[in-house]
Amino acid sequence: MKASAGGYARASDLRHALDLLGQAGDAGRVLVGGQSLIAAMNMRLSTGDMLVDISRISGLAGVTQQDGRLRIGALTRHADLGGDPLVGRHAPLLAQAVGHIAHAAIRNRGTIGGALAHADPAAEFPACVLALDATMHLEGPDGARDVAVGDFFIDVFETAIAEGEILTAISLPVAEPAEVQILKEVARRSGDYALAGLCLVRRAAGVRLSALGVGSVPVLAQGAMAALDAGDIDAAVTALRAELDPQSDTQASGGYRKHIAGVLLRRIWDEIGGTA
Amino acid sequence: MTIPFGNPNRPNSYIGKTVPRPNAARLVEGRGRYVDDMILPRMVHVVYVRSPMAHARITGIDTAEALAVKGVLRVFTGADIAKVCTPWVAVLAHLKGLKSPPEHAIAVDRACWVGEPVAAVVATTRAAAEDGAALVDVDYDPLPVTGDMMTALDADTPVLHADMGDNLAFRRLHEEGDVDAVMASAHKVVSARFKTARHTGVTLEPRSILVDWNAPEGQLTAWHATQAPHMMQTVLAEHLGLPEGRVRVICGDVGGSYGIKVHVYPDEVATAAIAKIMGRPVKFIADRLESFTTDIHARDHEIAGRIAVAEDGEILAFDIDDWTAIGAYSVYPRTSAIEGNQVVNLCGGPYDFKDYRAQTTVVFQNKTPTCQYRAVGHPIAVAVTEGLVDMAAAELGMDPVAIRRRNMYADDCYPVTSPAKMRFEGLSHHASMDKLVALMDYDALRADQAEARKKGIHRGIGIASFIELTNPSPFMYGIGGARISAQDGCTVRMDPDGSLVALSGVTEQGQGTEAMLSQIVAEGVGVPPAQVRIITGDTQVTPYGGGTWASRGAGIGGEAALQAALALKAAILEVAAAMLQAQAGALDIRDGQVVDADTGQDRLSLAELGRIVYFRGDTLPKGLPRELVQTRHFITSEYPFAFTNGVQASYLEVDTDTGIVTLLKHWCVEDCGRIINPQLVDEQIRGGIVQGLGGALFEEIHYDAEGQLLNGSMADYLVPMAGEMPDMIIGHVETPTLESALGAKGAGEAGTAGAPAAVMNAINDALRPLGAQVTEMPFTPERILRALGRIED
Repeated sequence: MKASAGGYARASDLRHALDLLGQAGDAGRVLVGGQSLIAAMNMRLSTGDMLVDISRISGLAGVTQQDGRLRIGALTRHADLGGDPLVGRHAPLLAQAVGHIAHAAIRNRGTIGGALAHADPAAEFPACVLALDATMHLEGPDGARDVAVGDFFIDVFETAIAEGEILTAISLPVAEPAEVQILKEVARRSGDYALAGLCLVRRAAGVRLSALGVGSVPVLAQGAMAALDAGDIDAAVTALRAELDPQSDTQASGGYRKHIAGVLLRRIWDEIGGTA
Repeated sequence: MTIPFGNPNRPNSYIGKTVPRPNAARLVEGRGRYVDDMILPRMVHVVYVRSPMAHARITGIDTAEALAVKGVLRVFTGADIAKVCTPWVAVLAHLKGLKSPPEHAIAVDRACWVGEPVAAVVATTRAAAEDGAALVDVDYDPLPVTGDMMTALDADTPVLHADMGDNLAFRRLHEEGDVDAVMASAHKVVSARFKTARHTGVTLEPRSILVDWNAPEGQLTAWHATQAPHMMQTVLAEHLGLPEGRVRVICGDVGGSYGIKVHVYPDEVATAAIAKIMGRPVKFIADRLESFTTDIHARDHEIAGRIAVAEDGEILAFDIDDWTAIGAYSVYPRTSAIEGNQVVNLCGGPYDFKDYRAQTTVVFQNKTPTCQYRAVGHPIAVAVTEGLVDMAAAELGMDPVAIRRRNMYADDCYPVTSPAKMRFEGLSHHASMDKLVALMDYDALRADQAEARKKGIHRGIGIASFIELTNPSPFMYGIGGARISAQDGCTVRMDPDGSLVALSGVTEQGQGTEAMLSQIVAEGVGVPPAQVRIITGDTQVTPYGGGTWASRGAGIGGEAALQAALALKAAILEVAAAMLQAQAGALDIRDGQVVDADTGQDRLSLAELGRIVYFRGDTLPKGLPRELVQTRHFITSEYPFAFTNGVQASYLEVDTDTGIVTLLKHWCVEDCGRIINPQLVDEQIRGGIVQGLGGALFEEIHYDAEGQLLNGSMADYLVPMAGEMPDMIIGHVETPTLESALGAKGAGEAGTAGAPAAVMNAINDALRPLGAQVTEMPFTPERILRALGRIED
């Protein structure tokens, strides 16, 4: 099919982008890598979009470390993120995730901001930033605001980003000396959306565990986290399966996905040495 | 003239060697010319409005809003098209009892599957046509949906086509011997139910057609991505009421076919009808989403099978009950009964046994029609046969290789006729198995498997022997009344510079037909392959032929090319003999030069001979034949089909916690007779194996109970991709057919035929110690875990 776009404009800076979005109203769509949006438009699942291209805005890409936090610009491409030394040191979970995201052509174009704003619950990055306890940085017509990741994902393809706002960056704490970050998932083919996946981050304060592909949003598995903090993997698996309610689709049933989540948790636990 | 194939050092020995493909560089550099690359003056685009319902009466079509869209020129309904295009009925006389109702190019009054065309919108651009199509307002009155295969014939299931009386399209029972008596007295009888999933052949280039009606010339020209240009010429002429001679089908580059592009599609015929009505070129390119709902589907079978064996492993009998659901219509003109018929023909194929019963039951349902797709029926028959053989071996405590060696036809028993009444000219099951076992180092693999098992790693080895039907004679379609040619022709001519042009009725789909033809012609005449240009795919240019299907290109088209090339060589040598005052028999052509046959000494270049013949013919003797162009046609006559054989093996690992299967390695030893180009044959087999692995592990079209297709995109319909594919080791045994001088049989189906069975047997070999077994394809992680009883819900 041929896409039916409403219009296209390239923003020269953030202010310009916000103005363009304001003019477009509810038809406004932010375009950067286009790896989900263009596919949807080409299937006419989305028509009449007023595309605001922010890909040329300087300063929104790249990774920096300041004040004990890692800041990742929204326009940072997956491929760049995967090879970034700061990410490798402080957020290896994201680097691991890159290896699971689709294929090279998509990783060369897709951006982390786009992936998070798209909020596909089966994607890796939303679950990663949830496990990493990230902060989302937004710019809107009335200025900047921060949203805790726990408040960011609202439903399938729905986030706390308000109409007219742009996700500009995320930030997360730099890694503690003994911090553990690990992602495991099961997919039918390399690069496919996972049937289920888990992200585990272990810090001095405790374990954070998120699940992808098992609900309408990435799930923070708090019951399992408590059990893991207590060192009880059996209880954690039971709790995890109890707090997930995955949908069935043509790839796998909800029951299979729940089962896999438990299998992955045991495997992660074995891999990190099995103690809280 | 014959070619001493036994001597690899013979002059011009291109047959049997890997030579570069003449079209490869052009295609790789993006200089291919596909239908969608064609732009003609006054060309318009058509987009089809498709039924969103599986079964509904069409009570009204409002086109006003669509016609108001800028760029939209016309909107056509089924009734509009029916005025210039007659419906077709896809039956064949030799498939007794096969029935199917008349099918229109665009549905008239009633839609019978999701995706059936119900209206056509023509516009100056594709985008405008899509805008218009979204605004065509069709009123539907829902009708009861028939979806399930196994209940299609039940009394309380709605009858899809009232005129047909019931939902049975075709049934064939073949019985040989007394299966019931053998089963009652056999040492062991093993039974199982198998399912092969409905899937489709995903071509890189979607279905494409561009048709122009030139009224003053009275000619319809179709540029078409098709496997069978001459068949399409007949079909378009017949249903548009034109003389066959006034329909020209041109088939340029084609981006993969796999059988998908050998059928008549309603939207493609409608495009031709619209071109005739509008008197201007009309282009239709299927997009990826509509490909999933409108390209033919295949392989939707459920099979109950039984095997009877003696204590020593002798196979005594097979009993096969095959069911398949073919969608709403039998597909024109090859029909949708062939796949089930093949299952009956092919089950038990490699084995020397006596008592055989097989029945196929083919039913209608409200889904996309199914028809012939690569290795038609083979993957199903091989999975059922080889699955049962492995299960019997396990019951008897026999090794899977041993039970096959115990039962395969002996390599020196040919010719022989199977219990399914298939006639085999010459096969090599034992030589192939010996080669396979050596290639894979079977004993070492078994040791590795045992070691792994001690560590809780579950690996399995699966073997699958098979036969493959190639080089079909008119027994496949012609005797049933279809104008589908089993013969094929080739014209080879020499131009003044000594270069050759060969025109062939077989077609290039990206698989290497042109390379194969160029090396045959090069060797036949005696020039380097680069000196041969190949032209295929134009019904007004090439000799009449069947095209590309059922692995016939090399065996039929190749032999025609060889005979035409040898005839041209003789014609050239006759002229050369006159010029050189020599005996033609004392001369030869090598590397583009006429030489003394005994010494190899150069006597005359072909370019010089061409100069004399074409520009100074006055210097040649009066009456000397000087036709440097020769045509030969070839058809098989001794056997209805040239059967080939082979055996595959899969080594894989099953993660018994997740159900994920990792393919470790795959082997195939295949006997396609004379190999013309080893690299092309190996890659045909590898590509075929990949498609077979897709069926085994990934590909499955899902419908809901209302007949809605649930996974019609590349994100949801999983095709096999490189990351999951194992290394594949290919070996060959060569048993040339004696029906032709070339001796080539087909190689296109072998990989796909055997791979699913090999994988199934390997998975079950891995699971057997855990007491689990899977027989429903594809073997998804979930199906494997459920077989293991690992999922709690």
